[in-house]
Amino acid sequence: MKLIATYLIGLIFGVGILISGMANPAKVLNFFDVAGTWDPSLILVMGGALVTTFVGYKLVFGRAAPIFERDFSLPGVARIDAPLIGGSILFGVGWGIVGFCPGGALPALGTGRWEVFAFTAALIAGIVLARAIQSAAARRAQQAT
Amino acid sequence: MIETAFTPLASLSGGILIGVASTLLMLTLGRVMGATGILVGLIQPATSRDFAWRAALLAGMVTGPALVWLVSGEMPAIEVPISTAALVIGGLIVGVGVSFGSGCASGHGVCGMARLSPRSIVATLTFMAASFATVYVIRHVIGG
Repeated sequence: MKLIATYLIGLIFGVGILISGMANPAKVLNFFDVAGTWDPSLILVMGGALVTTFVGYKLVFGRAAPIFERDFSLPGVARIDAPLIGGSILFGVGWGIVGFCPGGALPALGTGRWEVFAFTAALIAGIVLARAIQSAAARRAQQAT
Repeated sequence: MIETAFTPLASLSGGILIGVASTLLMLTLGRVMGATGILVGLIQPATSRDFAWRAALLAGMVTGPALVWLVSGEMPAIEVPISTAALVIGGLIVGVGVSFGSGCASGHGVCGMARLSPRSIVATLTFMAASFATVYVIRHVIGG
């Protein structure tokens, strides 16, 4: 039951991403190209998603707990630090190069297009590389103390 | 460069569906709909239970194109106006960036912003600014 519900939620998300244009790099890159072939569509994607989620969360957080779990699992780290800023700059640069973001690419895998698989493979390689750097840095910090 | 048409209705409807899905995931599992977190959890799952819901969510996402095709009669447009080298290099940079930045457009830009999380607001403004700057440099400084 829980997994069927989760599957359907993924499907709603995927259809939303696909019809919104977030899975189309040409459209995403044109959104960022204000000085050229500008396509403002993405304002409506982000705006529509944000307002709906804002109102939806307000309703959901009125409950003591989610339906299938005992607690809400919310990210608790409140610090604004160098990794957050540096990582976000890198993500923005990469998004500006390819026009795919993780949320745009995952549903697009279902089209079977090789470009989406190439991007996703590189994305996963980048995540694994970052994890390796992070754990090496953590080890070094541990040895230093 | 490929010109794309302004699609207010489709984009707004798509955005609302993304918001509905994000709300439903919080309502049912109490989880944030972040593509980065879902992917990281699939690569390095903490428990098998943790793996299962992420796999179900991804399976739903990947079925999206088939449903769009069934309803509309055509596959959603995916136009890639860049070289394969740029696709792979950009993908790597995105992967490293979302790992250190702990999130992307769905996690920070939608779910985190909707919770008014200061971290997510800062992250979203930062990556959006970096994307605008990158496209400007690529298309109008280098390519101009």
